[in-house]
Amino acid sequence: MSNPTLSWNLVSDVRELLAFPFMVQALAAGTIAAILSGVLGWYMVLRRQTFAGHTLSAMSFPGAAGGALFGLPGALGYYIACILAALAMSPRGTSRRGAAGLQSARIGVVQAVGLAAGFLFLSLSSEILGGLDDLLFGSFLGITPSQVVVLAIVAILVLAALAVIGRPLLFASLDPELAQSLGVPVRTLEIGFMLLLGLAVAATTQVTGALLVFALLVTPPATAQRLTARPGWSLVLSVGCALLVIWSSLGAAYFSVYPLGFFTTSIGFAIYLLALGGTALTRRHAQAQPV
Amino acid sequence: MTNALLQNALVAGTFIAIACGLVGWFAVLRAQVFAADALSHFAFTGAIVGLALGFDARVGLFVFTIGCALLLAALGGRSRVDDLTIGIAITWVLGLGVLALAFFATSSAGSGGASAATALFGSILGLNASQADAAALIGVGITLLMLLIARPLLFSSLDPAVARARGVPVVFLGVLFLLALGGVAAEATQAVGALLLLGLVAAPAGAAHRLTAHPYRGMLLSAGIGVLAVWLGLWIANAFPNIPPSTAITAVAAAAFLGAGAPAALRRRPRVSGRRPTPHERSGRPETDAP
Repeated sequence: MSNPTLSWNLVSDVRELLAFPFMVQALAAGTIAAILSGVLGWYMVLRRQTFAGHTLSAMSFPGAAGGALFGLPGALGYYIACILAALAMSPRGTSRRGAAGLQSARIGVVQAVGLAAGFLFLSLSSEILGGLDDLLFGSFLGITPSQVVVLAIVAILVLAALAVIGRPLLFASLDPELAQSLGVPVRTLEIGFMLLLGLAVAATTQVTGALLVFALLVTPPATAQRLTARPGWSLVLSVGCALLVIWSSLGAAYFSVYPLGFFTTSIGFAIYLLALGGTALTRRHAQAQPV
Repeated sequence: MTNALLQNALVAGTFIAIACGLVGWFAVLRAQVFAADALSHFAFTGAIVGLALGFDARVGLFVFTIGCALLLAALGGRSRVDDLTIGIAITWVLGLGVLALAFFATSSAGSGGASAATALFGSILGLNASQADAAALIGVGITLLMLLIARPLLFSSLDPAVARARGVPVVFLGVLFLLALGGVAAEATQAVGALLLLGLVAAPAGAAHRLTAHPYRGMLLSAGIGVLAVWLGLWIANAFPNIPPSTAITAVAAAAFLGAGAPAALRRRPRVSGRRPTPHERSGRPETDAP
């Protein structure tokens, strides 16, 4: 492969990019991951469950190490670890005083136990620690077509399930007390959402790495919710932002020597800062010139 | 394993556990366990950035972590920094870490993954005497700081508005607390590993909060459970050489957290259909500012 160089002709650049099957697969996987995390992340940010999402993405480590130790087929370990963590983190008895603090302690304990288990699996399997970089930071070079297919199936299942519970979940997220009193099964929805989030994170992490999924899961929804308060538009914007981040960073990573994770996080952060600055400016403008 | 190494581990582990227990008790009270987790990631990134720039890893780690603690405080403004902001900060800082790792991997013969692994998991049984003394000294220093600010910090954590009205420097105390958290994270990460930090901050403190609502008794209990977890964990790791010490210590601490939940669950059961909690209790956090 000749060293790729960026020309000013964007069309020929894109054509060069798409000439390689591995880039096409990376783009396909990235697109699915972006849609999945744009939607699930939107709910996660709305529900202020960033810590839980972060813990789920850390579960890729025990998932991979456990899968290697017990000889599970690659992806299964991820799913098991994420589902177990999601169940362990589901809040119970949220009505007591100090529940927020205890909930954050519980999530911290789940993460610590998960990492500790991963470390144990790793030392038991007595394998040399290889591929840790890929595990944490993702590699978009080795994505196989079958991985893309599995990712697509999981994405369709998760999104379909979310389409069913989406509206009541939105209600339960915005006003849990009112929703509960109107007969919405708030607790079931909470557990269901954690499970879906776990599945989405597990599916995305094995393709994109633990860091990248978090970059797609948090920054685009936060940007979208900054920009508009209307749920529908915000959701669309969140997915759009995630797609923009993954496409541009895949392109940038292809044409440079620096890793994909750096571009994903930085581009996402830059967009968030732009949104932050933009809303602050318009707010000041609106204050200065009262109608 | 020689006796001297075990002795060093006991000294360093005990003092780090005391500091983690005290800081962790406040982290759970203020629902800021995520900040501790984030700071441990920052410490890990700082070590890599330090190595990439050619500094001593320990200097890079401390400067970077303390700097990030200040950044978190600044992002929080006058109120406590929320989970979403921490999530975005983590994502971006880890992105920087990826870039530094890429530089480091190309600039030195050592594998980036291997050094990342030591930064992640440290090794409590690999400390020499001077490292153990340094860890103990920093542990004592942070413990003293926490004891010194315990009373006003307690007041300003429980009721920031009233504390502010009574002339307690709420914002300053919050910054000081984040700095203490950063100090613990930096020290624990390089001495015993980031994994152990989360286990020692979240689990003993969570257990103490479950067992007693009395502040000073809770702090004492939290530090005590941490120390006990370190001692028991080291004993287990000594008895079963297959189990890494970090895993054993985390497992003991997590078991304490789980066990502490049992009596409360038993006590709560009979009055499930009791009075409805007030909205203030429901929200869990005593903070007044809206999310």
